[in-house]
Amino acid sequence: MTATSIAAPRSPRRMRSRTNTELYAWLFMRISGVLLLVLVFGHLFVNLMVGEGINALDFAFVAGKWASPFWQIWDLLMLWLAMIHGTNGLRTIINDYAERDMLRMWLKVGLYTATAITIVLGTLVIFTFDPCPAEAAAHLLPSFCPAP
Amino acid sequence: MPKAPAGTLYRGREGMWSWVAHRVTGVGIFFFLFVHVLDTALVRVSPEAYNEVIHTYQTPIVGLMEAGLVGAIIFHAFNGIRIILVDFWGKGPRYQRQMLVGVGVLWVVLMVPFLVRHLSHVFGG
Ligand code: HEM
Repeated sequence: MTATSIAAPRSPRRMRSRTNTELYAWLFMRISGVLLLVLVFGHLFVNLMVGEGINALDFAFVAGKWASPFWQIWDLLMLWLAMIHGTNGLRTIINDYAERDMLRMWLKVGLYTATAITIVLGTLVIFTFDPCPAEAAAHLLPSFCPAP
Repeated sequence: MPKAPAGTLYRGREGMWSWVAHRVTGVGIFFFLFVHVLDTALVRVSPEAYNEVIHTYQTPIVGLMEAGLVGAIIFHAFNGIRIILVDFWGKGPRYQRQMLVGVGVLWVVLMVPFLVRHLSHVFGG
């Protein structure tokens, strides 16, 4: 560059293709938020308030719930929506506070890795779960398991 | 990195503080969720492993953390609805303040029965 050039006012800092990704992310936060309100409050109510409450939580309790496709789908939806909602929220926060390009990039790599692991692990657990594992002591299992 | 000069803390009103609280609770819930998926994954290891870890949670300290977590979720959820109403409801911005009061009222209404029940489990055995 020989002469100092001054960019026209309001010209974008970087030329890139214009997309609506941020708009969709914004909309997703709101739609998932409304769904999560129902899913999370239902989850807390059934696990903490009904019956014996938190003291009833054990393997048999979880097995009893996931024996039903209703709770499998409920928990699956909650897992995916909460993880994507939370990850997108953290992405915003990283963008807000991490000013160095490299730092910002690595924080997001770490975030997306943790998210992917959590979603895959959680999904596998919900669907490969066996409520009556053969080698387990019978008194730890839900009552509907066949006697050994 | 440009730094703001000292002594210029912006003291916003309820709008700023509810935003701060929404952010802090959102991050807190996210990290909890991460741990919560990991501990629940123990049901795939064995009933003994799961029950053992859940049992170690039954201490007063964890019990109080659980109460804090539920408080954070209730605030984040209702304040999230408030944000959505500010964005989509024509009169939302005008009533944002009243809606924040509503969030506080709902928070108390849900927290009181929850705390009675939860803390009596935690401290009453
Ligand atoms: C229970 C129902 C929930 C509702 C109604 C809700 C609603 C919202 C809304 C409306 C936003 C604002 C997004 C924006 O400003 O563009 C938001 C942000 C956020 N939420 Fe939620 N949310 C809920 C649950 C969760 C859960 C379970 C998590 C964690 C996994 C979470 C983590 C976050 C985070 C980290 C942010 C970003 C905060 C910020 O940018 O300051 N939320 N939520």
